[in-house]
Amino acid sequence: MKIIISNSSPVPIYEQIKKAIVEQIISGALKENEPLPSIRSLAQDIQISVMTINKAYVELEQEGYIRSIQGKGTFVAPKNTELARENAQKEIEAHIASAVELAQKMQIEKREILNLIEIFYGDPEDGQ
Amino acid sequence: MGNVIEVEELMKNYTGFQLGKLCLKIPDGCIVGLIGENGAGKTTLLKALLGIIRVDKGSVRIFGKDIKKNEREIKEEIGVVLDNMFFPESLRIKDVNAVMKDVYKKWDTGLFEEYISRFQLPGGKVIKELSKGMRKKLEIAVALSHHPRLLILDEPTSGLDPVARNGILDIFMDFMQDEAHSILFSTHITSDLERIADYIVLINKGNVEFDSPRDELLDHYGILKCGEEEFSRIEKGDVVSCMKNRYDCEVLVKDRNAAAEKYKDFVVDKITLEDFMVLMIKGEKQ
Repeated sequence: MKIIISNSSPVPIYEQIKKAIVEQIISGALKENEPLPSIRSLAQDIQISVMTINKAYVELEQEGYIRSIQGKGTFVAPKNTELARENAQKEIEAHIASAVELAQKMQIEKREILNLIEIFYGDPEDGQ
Repeated sequence: MGNVIEVEELMKNYTGFQLGKLCLKIPDGCIVGLIGENGAGKTTLLKALLGIIRVDKGSVRIFGKDIKKNEREIKEEIGVVLDNMFFPESLRIKDVNAVMKDVYKKWDTGLFEEYISRFQLPGGKVIKELSKGMRKKLEIAVALSHHPRLLILDEPTSGLDPVARNGILDIFMDFMQDEAHSILFSTHITSDLERIADYIVLINKGNVEFDSPRDELLDHYGILKCGEEEFSRIEKGDVVSCMKNRYDCEVLVKDRNAAAEKYKDFVVDKITLEDFMVLMIKGEKQ
């Protein structure tokens, strides 16, 4: 497992930890049912407060990425593609919302934005 | 979760300085960092916790027991580093073991020797020949060698270089592998706390000025910077504390994301403990 924490980033440390773990679950670097380090041992290894790691783990569990089994430890939850899709969709919505907000502010027409999306998405006939 | 330390309405009067009335709770299993100016009362507070100084009023409970009534029993389970070394200067490092063996029932000679070699301390040297950093390491080794449940440390990392400090922090995290262990330590090196502390307690003029989980403080608070004219545009309710400098105003805000959203053309940075401390102590509070 790889966790890189930026001290200068405005993103809270617990979120940086969450993001690192989620990315590795999605990419498959962390496999289903693979054990994760205990909160305290991870805290020691990356020299981050126990409460911060705990917060990251609690949220990861609530979001369905990991599950903890009393007395056994914490494991990567069985892959839930629906969940990953749902989360990705939420993120995409947020990006589009802010793009539209900016477009409206600058009076850029809807057509132009849709055009841009088409360009970025690529034309299936081009084989992209 | 219980509290390893509970301080209630603690008071101690000196001429020119008063500690308290002070209340403080330190939860089990946490690292708590005590920050504050020189002379704010951090050392006095730690000494009062340990029953080293007599307090005028109030109570201190450690492990749920009153320190006045159970001092010996409680201290058997606490590892302590205070700002001055209490060993005779002519003692050799390896002789410290013989002294401490009689002090603590649970003193572990093997563990002490392990720390001495881990810290690369020369056993044959007498204490007066040791550098400041070596003395600190010796004190920390002593504090850890009787299997304490709680560490109370007054500036354990002062005088140490960054590499040695990192080593000490590593030992603290190692100590914290046991969920029943807790650490309370004061420091001026706030960067030591920014990663490993669970709670931050700010002491100012003999009292607890601020007390919060690390995450709540460092993930949410921010420092907003603007000119003096622009400062008047900021709602008073958003200002925790502010400092007007010659060329800018620095404003401590509770929620940096909300502030960045609301005051779009201002600079809003994340907070460091150092800035936080300066603004809380020197700034004008709203």
